[in-house]
Amino acid sequence: MTKTLPDLVPDAELNLPRERERTLSNGLTVIAIRRSAVPLVEVRLRIPFGRAPLAPATLLSQALFTGTSGMNSIDIAAELQAVGGGLAAGLDPDRLLISGNALADGLDRTLELLASVLTDATYPDEEVSTERDRLVDHIQVALSQPAHLARVALLKRMYGSHPYAVQTPAPEEIRVLSPGPLRELHAARVRPDGAVLVLVGDIDPDQAIDTAEKVLGGWSGSAQDGSLPPTPALETGPLLLVDRPGSVQSSLRIALPALTRTDPDYAALNLANLVFGGYFSSRWTENIREDKGYTYGSYSSVDHYVAGSALVAAAEVATEVTGPSLLETNYELGRIASLPPGEEELEQARRYALGTLRLGMSTQAGLAGLASMYAGFGLRLDHLRKYSAALSAATREEVAAAASKYLAPSRAVTVVLGDAEKIEPQLSALTVVERSAA
Amino acid sequence: MAPKIKIPATKYPVERFTLGNGLRVVLSPDRSAPVVGVAVVYDVGIRSEPEGRTGFAHLFEHLMFQGSENLEKLAHFRHVQGAGGSFNGSTHLDYTDYFEVLPTGGLERALFLEADRMRGPRLTEENLRNQVDVVKEEIRVNVLNRPYGGFPWLKLPPVMFSTFANAHDGYGSFEDLESATVEDAQGFFDRYYACGNAVLSVAGDFDVAEATTMIERHFGDVPARPAPQLPDFDEPDINGERRESYTDRIAPLPAVAAGWRVPDPIGTFEDYLPYVVLAEVLTDGDASRLVERLVQRDRTATTLGGYLGFMGDEYLVRNPTALLLQAHLPPGGDAGKVLRTIDEELDRLAADGLKPGELDRTQARMATRALHGTDDVLGRAQPMAVLELQRGRPGLLNDLPKLISEVREEQIVAAAGTLRPERRASVEVFPGASS
Repeated sequence: MTKTLPDLVPDAELNLPRERERTLSNGLTVIAIRRSAVPLVEVRLRIPFGRAPLAPATLLSQALFTGTSGMNSIDIAAELQAVGGGLAAGLDPDRLLISGNALADGLDRTLELLASVLTDATYPDEEVSTERDRLVDHIQVALSQPAHLARVALLKRMYGSHPYAVQTPAPEEIRVLSPGPLRELHAARVRPDGAVLVLVGDIDPDQAIDTAEKVLGGWSGSAQDGSLPPTPALETGPLLLVDRPGSVQSSLRIALPALTRTDPDYAALNLANLVFGGYFSSRWTENIREDKGYTYGSYSSVDHYVAGSALVAAAEVATEVTGPSLLETNYELGRIASLPPGEEELEQARRYALGTLRLGMSTQAGLAGLASMYAGFGLRLDHLRKYSAALSAATREEVAAAASKYLAPSRAVTVVLGDAEKIEPQLSALTVVERSAA
Repeated sequence: MAPKIKIPATKYPVERFTLGNGLRVVLSPDRSAPVVGVAVVYDVGIRSEPEGRTGFAHLFEHLMFQGSENLEKLAHFRHVQGAGGSFNGSTHLDYTDYFEVLPTGGLERALFLEADRMRGPRLTEENLRNQVDVVKEEIRVNVLNRPYGGFPWLKLPPVMFSTFANAHDGYGSFEDLESATVEDAQGFFDRYYACGNAVLSVAGDFDVAEATTMIERHFGDVPARPAPQLPDFDEPDINGERRESYTDRIAPLPAVAAGWRVPDPIGTFEDYLPYVVLAEVLTDGDASRLVERLVQRDRTATTLGGYLGFMGDEYLVRNPTALLLQAHLPPGGDAGKVLRTIDEELDRLAADGLKPGELDRTQARMATRALHGTDDVLGRAQPMAVLELQRGRPGLLNDLPKLISEVREEQIVAAAGTLRPERRASVEVFPGASS
């Protein structure tokens, strides 16, 4: 008996939540959105941190909540916990991001605690020394992870002398840090001017902004200009092979040029990327996983930073099929760059792109993350309407054109981390290989 | 001190019914976002694998994505993602789940896809060999090629338990995986993947009457097959401390994990729940007892975690299970000393009780975590399906923040008093990589 797949019910029009926004006199922009599904509030504070010195900035992000003049780290943690709250800081080359959540009734208290840390963090000697040792240990562990090592090598290869080239400090740079540079960095860069606070949850948006204004009004000052030069164009060259003796898999990484979110051709590029390798039902995954069994998963995505965007494709493949995996990967890149996608596979990718936008907005945390991320690029959620329209409108020819320009294997920068002795002969059969010095 | 914050709750509606063929259904409508989550769980997991077939429950999960009665290989993925959705599955000790989240208009398609594979996956030699390769790569990514792979969820059970069901490696040995046959897979399906052994749940943006009609339409003709008898996996608690260690050739730093048996999570939920809260009192955040002591004060640990159930699925696991503590240590760290300090802190808690506000704040943060999980449609569909499967009580998801907030200090103290060194199983990781 054959049964027929039910049709999809067409989606209703994209319904964007209302964003309330106010820029306070200290330069802090506050965006508040009501989504009252659960009685919580999500908090995201993005502070521009471009060109901040890497080692102190990384340790600052770990030590931010370790003390104020009136509270030690345990007091801060306990007070936050009392309103169901938790906050943590993270760093990337563009920003310091403080994120967390709390019971909705605890919003005021959470913002008060956030304000006291922003205006009065003391970086106590004892706590900073604890966090310093912990950070060194974390970096040590990261350096034993193949995915991290492959990323380190790829970033260096992609960005050369640009600040994005190194995003994790060396343990020895951390070991020598005292609290002094953290306090100086905090004073210089943890400033409200240009920062964006996003609040999403079971809140009254206007009231939440009023509270933020009252509580964070005392945070003041401007930071020095942290803007970064645009990222350099990728320089192609030999495949870079990084040795990891005894590795039972190889980490394959390919960087390609890409477009920024606001580029008119970005939707077409994103669709081309989906067809190639950007989701499970892509050619790349169907080939090297579902047909050949070379990998558990492969994935490609466009990564956006403030100073530029790049497309990165990644897969962990079995050591003995590293060469064949590269062969199939280059084949799929060559195919999407040379021939237009099929009608049905393009429609499938388009529906996926449009659908996942809706999924991403369906939770408080998803909305908060989107609003904060967009704000970091000077955009608001209404950009989603424009982007959805561009995804809907992109033609097969436009997608093919974007693919031939940005997914061409001739433009790829390739890094492979693995057991060099076993994989170098396989890779050398396909392309020119250069061993990493490190 | 500030007044105690009120612990809120969710009121997601829950509808339950059973189809004529024995399939149990849970519906939880909520129209606040235009998305739906669909989950199907089967009452079979790692503990039900036969000897000589370690990793089979998980391998079989992969085979459920390889085509079915009306669907070619790759069709499932394409149909879900082509509806704008995402999918996955996961294999646990006591259940295996399959799920999709999609924009509203994809609901009927998801139901069709789940019903089709409930009638029977396409079990072929080619698909089996392909997915054995994929699973081996999964094990390499998650266990063999990374530091602390399988720690502690694969490493502690063999120390703690004696029976094959509870002690064996749920990812499986390559030898067992490679020797799996299509006949094994068919037998496993026939035995465990009966609709009487499954629960379907749907959460999110739908109308109950319409969804019920769709469910009848797609699942109503799945042949009725009874559930196999549920085995009792209980075994006696250990009689005396057990300590093991191994060298992780990739890990640069030492680590240690310890576990203690806890009361039956289902039969005696009211005795079990205090252990869930205790784990958080001990390890949730910088103000928790063990983080304050081991990470902040003594600096004998770098990171610390505590939770119930080997896969962190504390409300979705059956007896026997455990409270686990795990710590990563600094260079040259002494696991024995960390375990002794934990004993000391547990003794202190059992003797002196909690500090003012300590329980309230822990409960408040736990409530936030529980509520946060349910904001996502899959964060409702999945646990509700398992709660129905194991307890006949999907609405427990709504009740958890309140039940957590009702746990009393004396219950925490009593629970702490049972975590004695002689009831402890631990496993220590020696770093095999020079750093």
